[in-house]
Amino acid sequence: MSILIDASTTFIVQGITGREAVNLTRECLDYGAGAKVVGGVTPGRLGRDVHGVPVFDTVAQAVEAHGAPIDGSVVTVPPAFTKDAVLEAIANGIKLVVIVTERIPRRDVAQMVEFADAHGARIIGPNCLGIIVPDVIKMGGIGGPAKNAAQAYTPGLVGVISRSGGMTTEMSSTLSAAGLGQSTAVSIGGDAIIGSTYAELMPLFEADAQTEAIVIYTEPGGRMEAQLAAWTLENDSRLPIVAFMAGRFMDEMPGMSFGHAGTIVEGKEDTATEKIARLAAAGITVAERIEDIPDLVKQGIAERKGAAV
Amino acid sequence: MRFFEYESRKIVAKAGIPTSPHGFATSPQEARRIAQDIGAPTVIKSQVLTGGRMKAGGVKFADTPGEAAAHAEEILALEIDGHVPRGVLVDSRVAVKQEYYAGVTWDGTRKKPVMIFSPMGGIDIEEVAETHPDKVGRKHLSNLREAADFEAKEVIASTGVTGRPLQRITPILARLARLFSEYDMTLAEINPLAELEDGSFVAVDAHMDMENEARPRQKALLAELGVGDEETRQAREATEFELAGEAVDAQDHRGVAGNVTEFDGDLGLVIGAGGGSLTLFDAVRAHGGRPANYCEIGGNPSVAKACGLAKLVLSKPGVDKIAVMMSIVSNTRVDIVARGVIKACVELGHDPAEKIAIFRIPGAWEEEGFKILEAYGVPYADRSVSLNEAARRAVANV
Repeated sequence: MSILIDASTTFIVQGITGREAVNLTRECLDYGAGAKVVGGVTPGRLGRDVHGVPVFDTVAQAVEAHGAPIDGSVVTVPPAFTKDAVLEAIANGIKLVVIVTERIPRRDVAQMVEFADAHGARIIGPNCLGIIVPDVIKMGGIGGPAKNAAQAYTPGLVGVISRSGGMTTEMSSTLSAAGLGQSTAVSIGGDAIIGSTYAELMPLFEADAQTEAIVIYTEPGGRMEAQLAAWTLENDSRLPIVAFMAGRFMDEMPGMSFGHAGTIVEGKEDTATEKIARLAAAGITVAERIEDIPDLVKQGIAERKGAAV
Repeated sequence: MRFFEYESRKIVAKAGIPTSPHGFATSPQEARRIAQDIGAPTVIKSQVLTGGRMKAGGVKFADTPGEAAAHAEEILALEIDGHVPRGVLVDSRVAVKQEYYAGVTWDGTRKKPVMIFSPMGGIDIEEVAETHPDKVGRKHLSNLREAADFEAKEVIASTGVTGRPLQRITPILARLARLFSEYDMTLAEINPLAELEDGSFVAVDAHMDMENEARPRQKALLAELGVGDEETRQAREATEFELAGEAVDAQDHRGVAGNVTEFDGDLGLVIGAGGGSLTLFDAVRAHGGRPANYCEIGGNPSVAKACGLAKLVLSKPGVDKIAVMMSIVSNTRVDIVARGVIKACVELGHDPAEKIAIFRIPGAWEEEGFKILEAYGVPYADRSVSLNEAARRAVANV
């Protein structure tokens, strides 16, 4: 099994005629069993097609043409238009929105998230590469062209959650090389406010029988790691978690932002040092190097199994 | 981006929140004139984008316009924490009965703005929250509608404030919450909010931070305040090297090869992407390496851009070699980056095999990329070599 998406998931691409979106559509169609990309939306481009995917002016038209509710949308439109595109998707019954766009102001993100909550929808991102279920489906640019994605991702028992799109692939590739496949890998986005945090995805992995361990990539900035630490302490999770913290050097440079917008340190709880301490205190293993992750995952799984006997 | 106090005061006043009479001066003469207009004792405050002004001697009290001018002269010449003051704020010394705190910021976990209020103002709010938690009121706001007056009233009342102060502060806190949203602030703070002897309230100091991502749609406010696009308001001013990095990135719209930050080491870094750069920078330092710079490549930059960035780093005084490293790339092409960095070496008259300490970028178009690197004898590594090991080799090769 997997979380969020599976082979039957249908989705559209909003902003489908943009250069990156055209590539992304090709990649999703080619990967695994081939994603069910049932339409694309670019206002004013009704009647065109992108790699055989019909283009509509509105999400409503796409839903009507499909003749049934559509599960998801990948949104890749300029920052000034993203909020409207996401509201449109949700208003038309879409329950899973992956926002690729970066540089969206926090106020817009927060509005989209509150609107999604009110409609029982979930947002992944913004500033993310999407979701991949190895060998089955990918929704978003994660892993790149089908050939490259297949090289890095293999099916297995590790759930991957990462604030960096590229590092989702780097860590999954390292796991794959060590014989540890992934159940689902989620690039959650690098912004200060995102639709789904680690702690908000944990219950899904917890409920997924295939998943036996979690690997996360983290950075300075924000309180997402503190939230995960609290979740871990409050819920008696069956899943061992291994975390990798990048950007430790930033602790010496308060007020500067590197890598992603969300890395801006706005309080003393946001530093790498503080986060590592919090994660460790919650029983989460913090890896010093990425190559150490596979062994730590194996140890974590073995310990849980030992404890269960 | 952070605003200076004199700008924050303008923003507050624009939102209909009264402030103590004040003026902004860049010379002692101007300071004298403002003090004369105020016609009462004044406070001269350094306008710098850093805290600890008081301790550093950047805040001084004056009884006469002459004294105001003398203090202004001193403060204008006083560097605080490496920041040269933009000017001084000449503020009236109001007769304060009580100081309050009013602020709005983001709660990233709840994904909502939060209003914060305390009747113990004038000091650090985090300190008050620790020592007198019952004196700090908080309330989350909806993202989907404007903050209402009653919400401000509830926060204030929750701290035990009632009577006229409650009536007077309610619209001030509500307006602060509304300006926070309207202007895409990440922090909007009035501390202290002063209750004067006559029962009126004025903002005596204000601190505003706006989200960088919102600058394009806040052009009108920025223009009104006279903040130009070139003012990045980072924690420190951009260096010439960093500005040159921005110019490289701006040469075309294909991908990113920039976000350059200068350091004083000898190992030039041409690294990416966002998370990869953070990981690699840590790894280089963990192996005892001294980076000359931080940067990010991503989103499939052109050969010209990769070349421009590599040239810039290679030309930095003290840099002997560059390490070209990224986490596995999906949409950036390995061959394009390889071409770019080799071109940079050749055009500067260097042997790429000598100048590139290591090339570790696996992923899209890697076969083509590795072929080019081999032809030039550049040491390279595929995905079987970790980011950490690549960093170790780079450091060992300097």
